[in-house]
Amino acid sequence: MSAQIHRRPVIEIEHLDARYGERQVLTDICLTIYEGEIMVIMGGSGSGKTTLLRHTLGLEQPASGTIRILGRDITAADAKTLYELRTKMGVAFQAGALLGSMTVAENVELPLREHTHLNESTIRIMSRMKLELVNLGGFEDLMPAELSGGMLKRAALARAVVMDPKLLFVDEPSSGLDPVVAAEIDQLILRLRNAMKMTILIVTHDLASAFMIADRIAILDNGRIVMTGGVDAIRASTDRRIQDLLNRRPREATVDAEAYLGRLTGDNP
Amino acid sequence: MRNMIENIGRRTIKGIEELGYAFSLLAESFMWLLAGRMRKQPVSVATIFQEAMWIGVTAIPIISMLNMAVGVMLAIQAIFTLSKFGAESQVILGLAFVVVREFSPLIVGVLVSGRSGSAITARIGTMQENQEIDALRVIGINPVRYLAAPILVAMCVMLPVLTIWGDLMGILGGGLYTCAKLNMTLHDFFSSSLETLVVADVMQGIIKSVVFAVIIVLIGLSNGFQVSGGAKGVGLATTRSVVLSISFIVLADMVFTYFLSR
Repeated sequence: MSAQIHRRPVIEIEHLDARYGERQVLTDICLTIYEGEIMVIMGGSGSGKTTLLRHTLGLEQPASGTIRILGRDITAADAKTLYELRTKMGVAFQAGALLGSMTVAENVELPLREHTHLNESTIRIMSRMKLELVNLGGFEDLMPAELSGGMLKRAALARAVVMDPKLLFVDEPSSGLDPVVAAEIDQLILRLRNAMKMTILIVTHDLASAFMIADRIAILDNGRIVMTGGVDAIRASTDRRIQDLLNRRPREATVDAEAYLGRLTGDNP
Repeated sequence: MRNMIENIGRRTIKGIEELGYAFSLLAESFMWLLAGRMRKQPVSVATIFQEAMWIGVTAIPIISMLNMAVGVMLAIQAIFTLSKFGAESQVILGLAFVVVREFSPLIVGVLVSGRSGSAITARIGTMQENQEIDALRVIGINPVRYLAAPILVAMCVMLPVLTIWGDLMGILGGGLYTCAKLNMTLHDFFSSSLETLVVADVMQGIIKSVVFAVIIVLIGLSNGFQVSGGAKGVGLATTRSVVLSISFIVLADMVFTYFLSR
Protein backbone atom coordinates (compact mmCIF):
# COMPACT_ATOMS: atom_id res chain seq x y z
CA MET A 1 0.00 0.00 0.00
CA SER A 2 2.75 2.42 0.93
CA ALA A 3 4.08 2.39 -2.63
CA GLN A 4 0.70 3.53 -3.89
CA ILE A 5 0.60 6.59 -1.72
CA HIS A 6 3.37 8.15 -3.79
CA ARG A 7 1.69 7.24 -7.04
CA ARG A 8 -0.50 9.61 -8.94
CA PRO A 9 -4.23 8.97 -8.59
CA VAL A 10 -5.79 8.36 -12.00
CA ILE A 11 -9.44 7.86 -11.05
CA GLU A 12 -10.89 9.61 -8.01
CA ILE A 13 -14.50 8.94 -7.16
CA GLU A 14 -15.88 11.02 -4.30
CA HIS A 15 -19.22 10.64 -2.56
CA LEU A 16 -20.93 9.30 -5.66
CA ASP A 17 -24.67 8.73 -5.43
CA ALA A 18 -26.58 7.24 -8.34
CA ARG A 19 -30.28 6.70 -8.88
CA TYR A 20 -32.45 5.11 -11.55
CA GLY A 21 -35.69 6.99 -11.09
CA GLU A 22 -36.66 6.55 -7.46
CA ARG A 23 -34.33 3.64 -6.84
CA GLN A 24 -31.00 4.40 -5.16
CA VAL A 25 -28.38 2.24 -6.89
CA LEU A 26 -25.12 3.61 -5.51
CA THR A 27 -24.64 5.30 -2.14
CA ASP A 28 -21.66 7.43 -1.13
CA ILE A 29 -19.03 5.64 -3.21
CA CYS A 30 -15.47 6.82 -2.55
CA LEU A 31 -12.70 5.11 -4.47
CA THR A 32 -9.24 6.13 -5.67
CA ILE A 33 -7.32 4.19 -8.27
CA TYR A 34 -3.62 4.85 -8.72
CA GLU A 35 -1.42 4.86 -11.77
CA GLY A 36 -0.39 1.41 -12.96
CA GLU A 37 -2.56 -0.61 -10.62
CA ILE A 38 -5.19 -3.17 -11.41
CA MET A 39 -8.28 -2.44 -9.38
CA VAL A 40 -11.04 -5.02 -9.36
CA ILE A 41 -14.55 -4.04 -8.35
CA MET A 42 -16.27 -7.15 -7.15
CA GLY A 43 -19.84 -7.76 -6.13
CA GLY A 44 -22.82 -9.98 -6.71
CA SER A 45 -25.53 -9.31 -9.28
CA GLY A 46 -27.46 -6.17 -8.49
CA SER A 47 -24.69 -4.81 -6.27
CA GLY A 48 -24.36 -1.79 -8.55
CA LYS A 49 -20.98 -2.60 -10.09
CA THR A 50 -22.11 -2.11 -13.68
CA THR A 51 -23.75 1.18 -12.72
CA LEU A 52 -20.51 2.27 -11.08
CA LEU A 53 -18.61 1.42 -14.27
CA ARG A 54 -21.09 3.31 -16.46
CA HIS A 55 -20.74 6.40 -14.28
CA THR A 56 -16.97 6.17 -14.33
CA LEU A 57 -17.10 6.02 -18.13
CA GLY A 58 -19.25 9.15 -18.24
CA LEU A 59 -22.17 7.26 -19.79
CA GLU A 60 -24.51 8.30 -16.95
CA GLN A 61 -24.83 11.47 -14.92
CA PRO A 62 -24.61 10.87 -11.15
CA ALA A 63 -27.23 12.22 -8.76
CA SER A 64 -24.40 13.75 -6.75
CA GLY A 65 -20.67 13.42 -6.17
CA THR A 66 -17.65 13.85 -8.41
CA ILE A 67 -15.62 11.54 -10.62
CA ARG A 68 -12.17 12.80 -11.63
CA ILE A 69 -10.29 11.00 -14.35
CA LEU A 70 -6.68 12.06 -14.95
CA GLY A 71 -7.46 15.09 -12.83
CA ARG A 72 -10.55 16.23 -14.80
CA ASP A 73 -14.01 16.12 -13.27
CA ILE A 74 -16.08 14.25 -15.87
CA THR A 75 -19.40 15.06 -14.21
CA ALA A 76 -18.88 18.73 -15.05
CA ALA A 77 -16.66 18.43 -18.13
CA ASP A 78 -17.61 19.96 -21.48
CA ALA A 79 -17.78 17.89 -24.66
CA LYS A 80 -14.25 18.79 -25.74
CA THR A 81 -12.63 17.75 -22.44
CA LEU A 82 -14.61 14.53 -22.41
CA TYR A 83 -13.58 13.85 -26.01
CA GLU A 84 -9.92 14.35 -25.17
CA LEU A 85 -10.19 12.13 -22.10
CA ARG A 86 -11.82 9.40 -24.13
CA THR A 87 -8.87 9.18 -26.47
CA LYS A 88 -6.86 8.16 -23.38
CA MET A 89 -9.36 5.54 -22.21
CA GLY A 90 -10.08 2.09 -23.59
CA VAL A 91 -13.17 0.10 -22.74
CA ALA A 92 -13.94 -3.58 -23.30
CA PHE A 93 -17.63 -4.26 -22.77
CA GLN A 94 -19.03 -7.48 -21.41
CA ALA A 95 -20.27 -8.92 -24.71
CA GLY A 96 -17.63 -7.13 -26.75
CA ALA A 97 -19.96 -4.51 -28.27
CA LEU A 98 -18.13 -4.74 -31.58
CA LEU A 99 -19.97 -2.94 -34.37
CA GLY A 100 -21.87 -5.69 -36.16
CA SER A 101 -21.61 -4.02 -39.56
CA MET A 102 -17.80 -4.06 -39.61
CA THR A 103 -15.16 -6.77 -39.70
CA VAL A 104 -12.98 -7.47 -36.67
CA ALA A 105 -10.09 -5.51 -38.21
CA GLU A 106 -12.31 -2.53 -39.07
CA ASN A 107 -13.58 -2.52 -35.49
CA VAL A 108 -10.06 -2.45 -34.10
CA GLU A 109 -9.00 0.22 -36.60
CA LEU A 110 -12.00 2.44 -35.81
CA PRO A 111 -10.45 4.46 -32.93
CA LEU A 112 -7.29 5.04 -34.99
CA ARG A 113 -9.27 6.24 -37.99
CA GLU A 114 -11.35 8.59 -35.86
CA HIS A 115 -8.61 10.06 -33.71
CA THR A 116 -5.41 9.97 -35.75
CA HIS A 117 -4.24 10.95 -39.22
CA LEU A 118 -2.01 7.92 -39.66
CA ASN A 119 -1.73 6.50 -43.13
CA GLU A 120 -3.55 3.38 -44.18
CA SER A 121 -0.63 0.97 -43.83
CA THR A 122 0.32 2.23 -40.36
CA ILE A 123 -3.28 1.83 -39.20
CA ARG A 124 -3.31 -1.66 -40.64
CA ILE A 125 -0.05 -2.65 -38.97
CA MET A 126 -1.07 -1.20 -35.59
CA SER A 127 -4.41 -2.98 -35.58
CA ARG A 128 -2.79 -6.27 -36.67
CA MET A 129 -0.28 -5.93 -33.85
CA LYS A 130 -3.05 -5.55 -31.31
CA LEU A 131 -4.95 -8.49 -32.78
CA GLU A 132 -1.78 -10.60 -32.57
CA LEU A 133 -1.43 -9.50 -28.96
CA VAL A 134 -4.82 -11.03 -28.14
CA ASN A 135 -4.10 -14.12 -30.26
CA LEU A 136 -6.57 -13.21 -32.97
CA GLY A 137 -4.09 -12.99 -35.81
CA GLY A 138 -5.71 -14.35 -38.97
CA PHE A 139 -9.25 -13.55 -37.86
CA GLU A 140 -9.24 -9.93 -38.99
CA ASP A 141 -11.62 -10.38 -41.91
CA LEU A 142 -14.35 -12.18 -39.98
CA MET A 143 -17.54 -10.42 -38.91
CA PRO A 144 -18.28 -10.21 -35.15
CA ALA A 145 -21.24 -12.58 -35.60
CA GLU A 146 -18.80 -15.27 -36.72
CA LEU A 147 -16.74 -15.14 -33.51
CA SER A 148 -17.18 -17.11 -30.29
CA GLY A 149 -17.80 -15.39 -26.94
CA GLY A 150 -14.16 -15.57 -25.91
CA MET A 151 -12.95 -14.29 -29.27
CA LEU A 152 -15.40 -11.37 -29.08
CA LYS A 153 -14.03 -10.41 -25.67
CA ARG A 154 -10.46 -10.61 -26.95
CA ALA A 155 -11.31 -8.58 -30.06
CA ALA A 156 -12.96 -6.00 -27.80
CA LEU A 157 -9.77 -5.86 -25.73
CA ALA A 158 -7.74 -5.33 -28.89
CA ARG A 159 -9.99 -2.43 -29.87
CA ALA A 160 -9.80 -1.02 -26.33
CA VAL A 161 -5.99 -0.92 -26.33
CA VAL A 162 -5.35 0.03 -29.96
CA MET A 163 -4.77 3.68 -29.03
CA ASP A 164 -2.40 2.64 -26.19
CA PRO A 165 -4.66 4.23 -23.59
CA LYS A 166 -3.49 5.22 -20.12
CA LEU A 167 -6.60 3.70 -18.68
CA LEU A 168 -8.34 0.45 -19.47
CA PHE A 169 -11.81 -0.55 -18.29
CA VAL A 170 -12.94 -4.15 -18.58
CA ASP A 171 -16.49 -5.27 -17.83
CA GLU A 172 -16.81 -8.92 -16.71
CA PRO A 173 -13.80 -10.28 -18.57
CA SER A 174 -14.47 -13.90 -17.67
CA SER A 175 -18.27 -14.18 -17.59
CA GLY A 176 -19.68 -16.79 -19.93
CA LEU A 177 -16.28 -18.26 -20.75
CA ASP A 178 -14.86 -21.67 -19.97
CA PRO A 179 -12.15 -21.64 -17.24
CA VAL A 180 -9.27 -22.04 -19.68
CA VAL A 181 -10.29 -19.12 -21.87
CA ALA A 182 -11.08 -17.07 -18.76
CA ALA A 183 -7.56 -17.73 -17.44
CA GLU A 184 -6.11 -16.74 -20.81
CA ILE A 185 -7.94 -13.42 -20.66
CA ASP A 186 -6.63 -12.85 -17.12
CA GLN A 187 -3.09 -13.48 -18.36
CA LEU A 188 -3.70 -11.12 -21.24
CA ILE A 189 -4.81 -8.34 -18.89
CA LEU A 190 -1.69 -8.83 -16.76
CA ARG A 191 0.45 -8.71 -19.90
CA LEU A 192 -1.20 -5.50 -21.02
CA ARG A 193 -0.49 -3.84 -17.69
CA ASN A 194 3.11 -5.02 -17.59
CA ALA A 195 3.85 -4.23 -21.21
CA MET A 196 2.02 -0.93 -21.52
CA LYS A 197 1.93 0.28 -17.91
CA MET A 198 -1.81 0.82 -18.07
CA THR A 199 -4.06 1.52 -15.15
CA ILE A 200 -6.81 -1.08 -15.30
CA LEU A 201 -10.26 -1.09 -13.73
CA ILE A 202 -12.07 -4.41 -13.89
CA VAL A 203 -15.63 -5.15 -12.88
CA THR A 204 -16.33 -8.80 -12.17
CA HIS A 205 -18.11 -11.31 -9.99
CA ASP A 206 -15.51 -14.00 -10.67
CA LEU A 207 -13.52 -14.62 -7.48
CA ALA A 208 -10.74 -16.71 -8.97
CA SER A 209 -10.11 -14.16 -11.68
CA ALA A 210 -10.20 -11.25 -9.22
CA PHE A 211 -7.65 -12.83 -6.87
CA MET A 212 -5.45 -13.74 -9.78
CA ILE A 213 -5.06 -10.31 -11.32
CA ALA A 214 -6.00 -7.67 -8.76
CA ASP A 215 -3.59 -5.38 -6.96
CA ARG A 216 -6.50 -4.14 -4.93
CA ILE A 217 -10.12 -5.20 -4.71
CA ALA A 218 -13.16 -3.10 -3.82
CA ILE A 219 -16.15 -5.12 -2.64
CA LEU A 220 -19.51 -3.65 -3.55
CA ASP A 221 -22.69 -4.74 -1.84
CA ASN A 222 -26.10 -3.17 -2.20
CA GLY A 223 -24.66 -0.04 -3.77
CA ARG A 224 -22.06 0.59 -1.06
CA ILE A 225 -18.38 -0.19 -0.90
CA VAL A 226 -17.93 -2.66 1.96
CA MET A 227 -14.17 -2.82 1.83
CA THR A 228 -11.22 -1.80 -0.32
CA GLY A 229 -7.90 -3.53 0.08
CA GLY A 230 -5.21 -5.86 -1.20
CA VAL A 231 -5.97 -9.49 -1.95
CA ASP A 232 -4.67 -10.71 1.43
CA ALA A 233 -6.60 -8.11 3.37
CA ILE A 234 -9.82 -9.09 1.59
CA ARG A 235 -9.22 -12.76 2.31
CA ALA A 236 -8.54 -12.03 5.96
CA SER A 237 -11.60 -9.86 6.39
CA THR A 238 -14.10 -10.97 8.99
CA ASP A 239 -17.00 -9.02 7.47
CA ARG A 240 -19.87 -11.40 6.97
CA ARG A 241 -20.88 -10.07 3.55
CA ILE A 242 -17.33 -10.49 2.27
CA GLN A 243 -17.05 -13.95 3.73
CA ASP A 244 -20.40 -14.85 2.11
CA LEU A 245 -19.04 -13.75 -1.24
CA LEU A 246 -15.67 -15.51 -0.78
CA ASN A 247 -17.17 -18.76 0.44
CA ARG A 248 -20.08 -18.78 -2.01
CA ARG A 249 -22.55 -18.83 0.87
CA PRO A 250 -26.16 -17.95 0.15
CA ARG A 251 -27.29 -14.80 1.86
CA GLU A 252 -29.31 -15.38 4.98
CA ALA A 253 -32.46 -13.54 4.17
CA THR A 254 -34.28 -12.29 7.23
CA VAL A 255 -37.97 -12.42 6.49
CA ASP A 256 -40.14 -9.53 7.60
CA ALA A 257 -43.53 -11.21 7.69
CA GLU A 258 -45.53 -8.04 7.21
CA ALA A 259 -43.49 -6.73 4.28
CA TYR A 260 -43.60 -10.19 2.71
CA LEU A 261 -47.39 -10.30 2.90
CA GLY A 262 -47.53 -6.77 1.54
CA ARG A 263 -45.43 -7.74 -1.48
CA LEU A 264 -47.61 -10.76 -2.16
CA THR A 265 -50.89 -8.88 -2.03
CA GLY A 266 -49.54 -5.75 -3.69
CA ASP A 267 -50.47 -3.49 -0.75
CA ASN A 268 -47.71 -1.47 0.74
CA PRO A 269 -47.97 -1.81 4.50
CA MET B 1 -61.91 9.32 -14.08
CA ARG B 2 -58.88 10.58 -12.17
CA ASN B 3 -56.86 7.73 -13.58
CA MET B 4 -57.89 8.66 -17.08
CA ILE B 5 -56.91 12.30 -16.68
CA GLU B 6 -53.62 11.27 -15.07
CA ASN B 7 -53.01 8.97 -17.98
CA ILE B 8 -53.70 11.69 -20.54
CA GLY B 9 -51.35 13.97 -18.64
CA ARG B 10 -48.59 11.41 -18.54
CA ARG B 11 -48.93 10.63 -22.23
CA THR B 12 -48.88 14.32 -23.10
CA ILE B 13 -45.69 14.86 -21.14
CA LYS B 14 -44.12 11.82 -22.76
CA GLY B 15 -45.18 13.05 -26.20
CA ILE B 16 -43.67 16.47 -25.61
CA GLU B 17 -40.49 14.84 -24.31
CA GLU B 18 -40.23 12.73 -27.45
CA LEU B 19 -40.84 15.71 -29.68
CA GLY B 20 -38.10 17.59 -27.85
CA TYR B 21 -35.76 14.64 -28.22
CA ALA B 22 -36.45 14.36 -31.94
CA PHE B 23 -35.78 18.05 -32.52
CA SER B 24 -32.62 17.97 -30.44
CA LEU B 25 -31.44 15.13 -32.70
CA LEU B 26 -32.18 17.33 -35.71
CA ALA B 27 -30.37 20.32 -34.22
CA GLU B 28 -27.39 18.22 -33.18
CA SER B 29 -27.15 16.62 -36.62
CA PHE B 30 -27.07 20.08 -38.23
CA MET B 31 -24.46 21.18 -35.74
CA TRP B 32 -22.18 18.26 -36.70
CA LEU B 33 -22.78 18.82 -40.41
CA LEU B 34 -21.84 22.48 -40.15
CA ALA B 35 -19.18 22.46 -37.42
CA GLY B 36 -17.90 18.88 -37.54
CA ARG B 37 -14.96 19.67 -39.79
CA MET B 38 -13.93 22.59 -37.58
CA ARG B 39 -14.00 20.31 -34.55
CA LYS B 40 -11.92 17.78 -36.49
CA GLN B 41 -14.78 15.29 -36.31
CA PRO B 42 -16.38 15.60 -39.74
CA VAL B 43 -19.45 13.69 -40.85
CA SER B 44 -18.18 10.98 -43.16
CA VAL B 45 -19.02 11.61 -46.82
CA ALA B 46 -18.46 7.94 -47.65
CA THR B 47 -21.10 6.97 -45.08
CA ILE B 48 -23.55 9.48 -46.57
CA PHE B 49 -23.09 7.84 -49.99
CA GLN B 50 -23.51 4.39 -48.48
CA GLU B 51 -26.76 5.42 -46.82
CA ALA B 52 -27.96 7.15 -50.00
CA MET B 53 -27.31 3.97 -51.91
CA TRP B 54 -29.27 1.94 -49.40
CA ILE B 55 -32.16 4.40 -48.94
CA GLY B 56 -32.43 5.58 -52.51
CA VAL B 57 -30.86 3.54 -55.26
CA THR B 58 -31.98 0.14 -54.02
CA ALA B 59 -35.56 1.45 -53.73
CA ILE B 60 -35.82 2.44 -57.40
CA PRO B 61 -37.34 -0.83 -58.74
CA ILE B 62 -40.13 -1.02 -56.17
CA ILE B 63 -40.87 2.70 -56.45
CA SER B 64 -41.05 2.47 -60.23
CA MET B 65 -43.46 -0.42 -60.01
CA LEU B 66 -45.76 1.10 -57.38
CA ASN B 67 -45.86 4.55 -58.94
CA MET B 68 -46.65 3.11 -62.37
CA ALA B 69 -49.45 1.05 -60.84
CA VAL B 70 -50.83 4.13 -59.10
CA GLY B 71 -50.57 6.05 -62.37
CA VAL B 72 -52.61 3.38 -64.15
CA MET B 73 -55.25 3.37 -61.41
CA LEU B 74 -55.53 7.15 -61.45
CA ALA B 75 -55.91 7.12 -65.23
CA ILE B 76 -58.67 4.52 -65.04
CA GLN B 77 -60.57 6.46 -62.39
CA ALA B 78 -60.01 9.80 -64.09
CA ILE B 79 -61.20 8.60 -67.50
CA PHE B 80 -64.22 7.00 -65.86
CA THR B 81 -65.11 10.20 -64.02
CA LEU B 82 -64.38 12.52 -66.92
CA SER B 83 -66.38 10.40 -69.34
CA LYS B 84 -69.47 11.42 -67.36
CA PHE B 85 -68.87 14.93 -68.68
CA GLY B 86 -67.58 13.79 -72.05
CA ALA B 87 -64.21 15.28 -71.20
CA GLU B 88 -61.87 12.26 -71.34
CA SER B 89 -59.23 14.24 -73.19
CA GLN B 90 -58.72 16.38 -70.08
CA VAL B 91 -57.27 13.34 -68.29
CA ILE B 92 -53.72 14.47 -69.05
CA LEU B 93 -54.17 17.66 -67.08
CA GLY B 94 -55.62 15.94 -64.04
CA LEU B 95 -53.19 13.05 -64.06
CA ALA B 96 -50.03 15.14 -64.32
CA PHE B 97 -51.15 17.45 -61.53
CA VAL B 98 -52.29 14.82 -59.10
CA VAL B 99 -49.27 12.54 -59.60
CA VAL B 100 -46.69 15.29 -59.25
CA ARG B 101 -48.33 17.25 -56.48
CA GLU B 102 -49.81 14.45 -54.40
CA PHE B 103 -49.37 10.82 -55.19
CA SER B 104 -45.72 10.51 -56.05
CA PRO B 105 -44.41 12.18 -52.85
CA LEU B 106 -46.97 10.32 -50.75
CA ILE B 107 -46.29 6.86 -52.20
CA VAL B 108 -42.54 7.39 -52.06
CA GLY B 109 -42.75 8.67 -48.47
CA VAL B 110 -44.88 5.76 -47.28
CA LEU B 111 -42.74 3.23 -49.09
CA VAL B 112 -39.42 4.60 -47.83
CA SER B 113 -40.74 4.84 -44.28
CA GLY B 114 -41.77 1.19 -44.42
CA ARG B 115 -38.54 0.16 -46.06
CA SER B 116 -35.85 2.39 -44.56
CA GLY B 117 -37.55 4.01 -41.56
CA SER B 118 -38.14 0.60 -40.00
CA ALA B 119 -34.59 -0.47 -40.83
CA ILE B 120 -33.16 2.66 -39.20
CA THR B 121 -35.05 1.94 -35.98
CA ALA B 122 -34.16 -1.75 -35.99
CA ARG B 123 -30.51 -1.07 -36.70
CA ILE B 124 -30.03 1.70 -34.13
CA GLY B 125 -32.17 -0.18 -31.59
CA THR B 126 -30.11 -3.35 -31.94
CA MET B 127 -26.92 -1.35 -31.62
CA GLN B 128 -28.31 0.24 -28.46
CA GLU B 129 -29.17 -3.18 -27.00
CA ASN B 130 -25.74 -4.61 -27.90
CA GLN B 131 -24.01 -1.65 -26.21
CA GLU B 132 -22.57 -0.67 -29.60
CA ILE B 133 -23.77 2.90 -29.06
CA ASP B 134 -22.05 2.97 -25.65
CA ALA B 135 -18.94 1.58 -27.30
CA LEU B 136 -18.99 4.42 -29.85
CA ARG B 137 -19.41 6.99 -27.10
CA VAL B 138 -16.50 5.71 -25.03
CA ILE B 139 -14.29 5.59 -28.11
CA GLY B 140 -15.09 9.28 -28.40
CA ILE B 141 -17.35 8.96 -31.43
CA ASN B 142 -20.53 10.95 -31.08
CA PRO B 143 -23.37 8.62 -32.19
CA VAL B 144 -25.36 11.52 -33.66
CA ARG B 145 -22.45 12.54 -35.87
CA TYR B 146 -21.51 8.99 -36.77
CA LEU B 147 -24.94 7.40 -37.25
CA ALA B 148 -27.67 10.05 -37.40
CA ALA B 149 -26.25 12.89 -39.51
CA PRO B 150 -25.32 10.74 -42.56
CA ILE B 151 -28.80 9.17 -42.60
CA LEU B 152 -30.43 12.61 -42.37
CA VAL B 153 -28.45 14.00 -45.31
CA ALA B 154 -28.92 10.88 -47.42
CA MET B 155 -32.66 10.82 -46.79
CA CYS B 156 -33.13 14.55 -47.47
CA VAL B 157 -31.32 14.18 -50.79
CA MET B 158 -32.69 10.84 -51.90
CA LEU B 159 -36.36 11.28 -51.10
CA PRO B 160 -36.81 14.27 -53.46
CA VAL B 161 -34.81 12.43 -56.13
CA LEU B 162 -36.99 9.35 -55.73
CA THR B 163 -40.05 11.60 -55.84
CA ILE B 164 -39.01 13.08 -59.20
CA TRP B 165 -38.39 9.57 -60.50
CA GLY B 166 -41.77 8.56 -59.10
CA ASP B 167 -43.38 11.54 -60.93
CA LEU B 168 -42.06 10.22 -64.23
CA MET B 169 -43.09 6.65 -63.50
CA GLY B 170 -46.59 7.68 -62.37
CA ILE B 171 -47.13 9.76 -65.50
CA LEU B 172 -45.72 6.91 -67.60
CA GLY B 173 -48.14 4.42 -66.01
CA GLY B 174 -51.09 6.74 -66.53
CA GLY B 175 -49.88 7.51 -70.03
CA LEU B 176 -49.67 3.87 -71.09
CA TYR B 177 -53.28 3.28 -70.09
CA THR B 178 -54.56 6.56 -71.52
CA CYS B 179 -52.80 6.04 -74.85
CA ALA B 180 -54.28 2.59 -75.24
CA LYS B 181 -57.73 3.81 -74.24
CA LEU B 182 -57.84 7.12 -76.14
CA ASN B 183 -55.64 6.21 -79.14
CA MET B 184 -52.86 8.71 -78.42
CA THR B 185 -49.12 8.29 -78.80
CA LEU B 186 -47.03 8.21 -75.65
CA HIS B 187 -44.96 11.04 -77.11
CA ASP B 188 -48.02 13.29 -77.37
CA PHE B 189 -49.12 12.32 -73.91
CA PHE B 190 -45.74 13.24 -72.37
CA SER B 191 -45.36 16.48 -74.25
CA SER B 192 -48.82 17.70 -73.25
CA SER B 193 -48.20 16.56 -69.67
CA LEU B 194 -44.95 18.52 -69.51
CA GLU B 195 -46.70 21.53 -71.04
CA THR B 196 -49.36 21.47 -68.36
CA LEU B 197 -46.93 21.25 -65.46
CA VAL B 198 -45.15 24.30 -64.16
CA VAL B 199 -42.15 24.37 -61.86
CA ALA B 200 -44.37 25.21 -58.89
CA ASP B 201 -46.22 21.90 -59.24
CA VAL B 202 -43.04 19.87 -59.17
CA MET B 203 -41.68 22.02 -56.33
CA GLN B 204 -44.78 21.30 -54.27
CA GLY B 205 -44.00 17.60 -54.45
CA ILE B 206 -40.34 18.15 -53.70
CA ILE B 207 -40.97 20.38 -50.67
CA LYS B 208 -43.31 17.74 -49.31
CA SER B 209 -40.76 15.00 -49.86
CA VAL B 210 -38.11 16.92 -47.89
CA VAL B 211 -40.56 17.27 -45.00
CA PHE B 212 -41.36 13.56 -45.22
CA ALA B 213 -37.64 12.76 -45.22
CA VAL B 214 -37.15 14.68 -41.96
CA ILE B 215 -40.20 12.94 -40.44
CA ILE B 216 -38.97 9.45 -41.39
CA VAL B 217 -35.44 10.07 -40.12
CA LEU B 218 -36.39 11.73 -36.84
CA ILE B 219 -39.04 9.16 -35.94
CA GLY B 220 -36.81 6.27 -37.03
CA LEU B 221 -33.80 7.52 -35.12
CA SER B 222 -35.50 8.64 -31.92
CA ASN B 223 -37.37 5.34 -31.60
CA GLY B 224 -34.12 3.48 -32.25
CA PHE B 225 -32.03 5.41 -29.74
CA GLN B 226 -34.69 5.00 -27.06
CA VAL B 227 -35.06 1.24 -27.39
CA SER B 228 -35.08 -0.77 -24.20
CA GLY B 229 -36.21 -4.28 -23.40
CA GLY B 230 -34.22 -6.56 -25.68
CA ALA B 231 -35.46 -8.15 -28.87
CA LYS B 232 -39.08 -7.43 -28.00
CA GLY B 233 -38.22 -3.79 -27.43
CA VAL B 234 -36.57 -3.53 -30.84
CA GLY B 235 -39.65 -5.12 -32.46
CA LEU B 236 -42.04 -2.77 -30.69
CA ALA B 237 -39.95 0.28 -31.53
CA THR B 238 -39.79 -0.71 -35.19
CA THR B 239 -43.55 -1.14 -35.46
CA ARG B 240 -44.10 2.13 -33.64
CA SER B 241 -41.65 3.92 -35.87
CA VAL B 242 -43.38 2.82 -39.08
CA VAL B 243 -46.90 3.52 -37.82
CA LEU B 244 -45.92 6.94 -36.47
CA SER B 245 -43.99 8.02 -39.52
CA ILE B 246 -46.73 6.98 -41.96
CA SER B 247 -49.33 8.77 -39.81
CA PHE B 248 -47.23 11.92 -39.60
CA ILE B 249 -46.52 11.81 -43.33
CA VAL B 250 -50.24 11.69 -44.15
CA LEU B 251 -51.03 14.46 -41.65
CA ALA B 252 -48.17 16.65 -42.86
CA ASP B 253 -49.27 16.01 -46.43
CA MET B 254 -52.74 17.30 -45.63
CA VAL B 255 -51.41 20.44 -43.96
CA PHE B 256 -48.98 21.14 -46.79
CA THR B 257 -51.52 20.49 -49.51
CA TYR B 258 -53.85 22.96 -47.82
CA PHE B 259 -51.25 25.71 -47.66
CA LEU B 260 -49.44 25.02 -50.93
CA SER B 261 -52.55 24.59 -53.08
CA ARG B 262 -54.18 27.89 -52.21
